[in-house]
Amino acid sequence: MALLEAKNLSIYFGGLRAVDDFSISIEKGCLYGLIGPNGAGKTTVFNLLTGVYKPNEGIISLDGKNITGLKTTEINQAGIARTFQNIRLFKKLSVLDNVKVGLHNHHKYSTLAGILRLPSYRKVEKEMDEKAMELLKVFDLDSQAQTLASNLPYGKQRKLEIARALATNPKLLLLDEPAAGMNPNETQELMDTIRFVREKFDMTILLIEHDMKLVSGICEELTVLNFGRILCQGKTIDVLNNPEVIKAYLGE
Amino acid sequence: MAMNKMKKINISASLKSNLITFGIVIAAYAVMQILVSLHLVSSLMRGLLVPICVYVILAVSLNLTVGILGELSLGHAGFMCVGAFTGAFFSKYILYAVPGMPGALRFFLALLIGALFAGLFGLLIGIPVLRLKGDYLAIVTLAFGEIIKNLINLLYLGIDENGVHISLNSALDLHMEDSDKIIVNGAMGITGTPNDSNFTIGVVLVLFALIIVLNLIHSRDGRAIMAIRDNTIAAESVGINVTKYKLMAFAISASLAGIAGVLYAHNLSTLTALPKNFGYNMSIQILVFVVLGGIGNIRGSIISAVVLTVLPELLRGFVSDSRMLIYAIILIAMMLFNWAPACIAWREKIRYRLNRKKNAKEAE
Repeated sequence: MALLEAKNLSIYFGGLRAVDDFSISIEKGCLYGLIGPNGAGKTTVFNLLTGVYKPNEGIISLDGKNITGLKTTEINQAGIARTFQNIRLFKKLSVLDNVKVGLHNHHKYSTLAGILRLPSYRKVEKEMDEKAMELLKVFDLDSQAQTLASNLPYGKQRKLEIARALATNPKLLLLDEPAAGMNPNETQELMDTIRFVREKFDMTILLIEHDMKLVSGICEELTVLNFGRILCQGKTIDVLNNPEVIKAYLGE
Repeated sequence: MAMNKMKKINISASLKSNLITFGIVIAAYAVMQILVSLHLVSSLMRGLLVPICVYVILAVSLNLTVGILGELSLGHAGFMCVGAFTGAFFSKYILYAVPGMPGALRFFLALLIGALFAGLFGLLIGIPVLRLKGDYLAIVTLAFGEIIKNLINLLYLGIDENGVHISLNSALDLHMEDSDKIIVNGAMGITGTPNDSNFTIGVVLVLFALIIVLNLIHSRDGRAIMAIRDNTIAAESVGINVTKYKLMAFAISASLAGIAGVLYAHNLSTLTALPKNFGYNMSIQILVFVVLGGIGNIRGSIISAVVLTVLPELLRGFVSDSRMLIYAIILIAMMLFNWAPACIAWREKIRYRLNRKKNAKEAE
């Protein structure tokens, strides 16, 4: 059975059908791409999957569990983590603390233990530090653990966002335009990182991207959206050679 | 190995910064005690010692809401008011009911009760109010602060053998045989609260508030609260329960303000809810401490609360007529010096030069 199963999702904003009858099925371990022209509704699909918007119609299930209509927080706890198109870091926290916020629900001690600095505080904080440093090392950020997140260069901020999302121990990772604003070298590096993350964490990844080199390079399956509707769905190579898709992207 | 080292630096850095803050408070306390014992402090200044502690606690606790949670609250004096009246009510009642109870225990229980009720009010007000953001939240908290103050002005409350008597009209409506047992007498407030507070207790409570706020900031919960401040949408996306942590910060902030209120009430023989002490003037005064000291900067809150409380009294000696005018001008100058970008750059330059000189000397 597929890890993520969304059936007939629709959402309207007033008269506008931002997403109309969207269905997707992502197998565990798959690297899946969601592409389409600007304004096609890609980010809206992410917002539906993560509970930012509630769909007017349709059902979303993760690992066989119905998660339709849950809150963002609950959906994260159910196992979907995401990054944002316009980076959303905790700017005034250190790089390390950004990842530790991601670990929040997996390493716990009581408020009182924190205020009184009881042994459980020290023990769990140490675990969190170790776990967070491990993650930062994967993204080559460990040397900047104490830097404020807002002082990182752009490319590293994107990486930190992925590290923070992974810290929540998700089953499915959603990446919203991870290569936006990156130069070709950084994009190449990002592709390697995404591949590495999939191998190391055995992760299922759904990503939105405009960079066709990245999409054709790493995605195994694609869904193409246009005007909120699915234009084409299937194996990457078939989709990219589909005349409809070429028409939507390049015009006639 | 490198990781272990890293972590140690991290924890001890926060601990070191906390210890410096505690050290400053304790050193200031010791200096004041010595000056008092040498009779170098005017009686006016001596009278300010407990209020200074009250203001420091208020500033530190409001900084938790404004600086750490990132929400603008203008109702902080309201929570202080709740703490003051519940604490004073309790002490006054115990004076009749359990005359034998030692003062220290009575005051300790009064603190607990004041903190509890103020925290409860924080929770009750926070549930509807924290749905708003920014300016809107500020205005609504301001209104709630005023509601609390005005309700207490209407409240008549007494306890005798027949139980509790409550009225919102007049003392006569209480129908009590012994009018001495009226505890809260409307706009006349509570009179005869035992004077259980002193400077030492005040400083202990300041340290208590500091431990709670500073340790909270450096804990898992504090990180969640700051994450919400920095980016609420991202905090939700990593599974942080936003409502829970907003309420937690708001309630802790309120209950610390309640403690400040209890301290305040037990320093006065007559407690009344006037605009001067519990109105929005007071709330804004506390906000001024926080903004001047630096939003999110706990140590700065302490220093600015002390300086801005002492300053008007110091000025009294020199320019008694225009002292509030001078006070306002100094306030503007201090704000500019602390926070104008050009001044920050200038201070950085000076610091850099000093460091270079020091390094050069060390090199020699």
